[in-house]
Amino acid sequence: MVTMKAEAKGKVLIIRLTGELDHYYSEQVKEFTEQQIDSHQTQHLIWNLSGLPFMDSSGLGVILGRYRQVNEMGGSVTVCGLNTQVKRLFQLSGLFKIMYVDQTEEEALGRLEESSCKTQ
Amino acid sequence: MQNTMTISFNALGENEAFSRVAVASFAAKLNPTVDDLAELKTAVSEAVTNAIIHGYDSNPAGIVYISATIEDGEIDVIVRDEGRGIGNIEEAKEPLFTTKPEMERAGMGFTIMEHFTDLLEVESSTSSGTVVRFKKRLAGKRVNCV
Repeated sequence: MVTMKAEAKGKVLIIRLTGELDHYYSEQVKEFTEQQIDSHQTQHLIWNLSGLPFMDSSGLGVILGRYRQVNEMGGSVTVCGLNTQVKRLFQLSGLFKIMYVDQTEEEALGRLEESSCKTQ
Repeated sequence: MQNTMTISFNALGENEAFSRVAVASFAAKLNPTVDDLAELKTAVSEAVTNAIIHGYDSNPAGIVYISATIEDGEIDVIVRDEGRGIGNIEEAKEPLFTTKPEMERAGMGFTIMEHFTDLLEVESSTSSGTVVRFKKRLAGKRVNCV
């Protein structure tokens, strides 16, 4: 079972997932996140995965798919709160090369805020 | 002594969680580390997902068979389907290779199974389906801190 929560802070959309993300739940997460990105004029996306004890390659597929969506609009994707197993999946798939990794949501938001100040 | 269990279930996505938890529960008697158990669950999840979406093309009438054997601190898992089979196993094992990009498949299933287990064997035939077998040492790896 996966529960999904979204919160928009300006142009940053935070998606918080709890539960086990596998093939069965990946379609629901995809639809929910796509809809949230569209309805909030999202530029940057933060995935808070601190409530996710398990994920497999189906989850990587959803996260990579949303990266493409956000990247096309010139935005960035950050993942935070990864446990050891999820972190290894990201390392194996090379996703850390294209996404930011932070310990917490606050750290991710702080970094995005700082980079937007610098570009203004 | 050798200890074996077998389960079979319909190729339904909702059975993925059941199957990995069943194998993990069976393996728990070896007193594995948390990380090893998570890796075992991931490998089972990848093999079962492949059987469902690739072997049976998400047709729930298909049956996925799992057998797991514990012997000498090691678990030996066989995930089998009687689906369409894999035409080219070496190609399927390539990182990021997928036949279903429209489903947002990452193409990382076999790479993950290879990294998260000690030995991976794949046999497949377009007439009889696919057998994925992996072994993982679980006992005797725990580090006890005094």
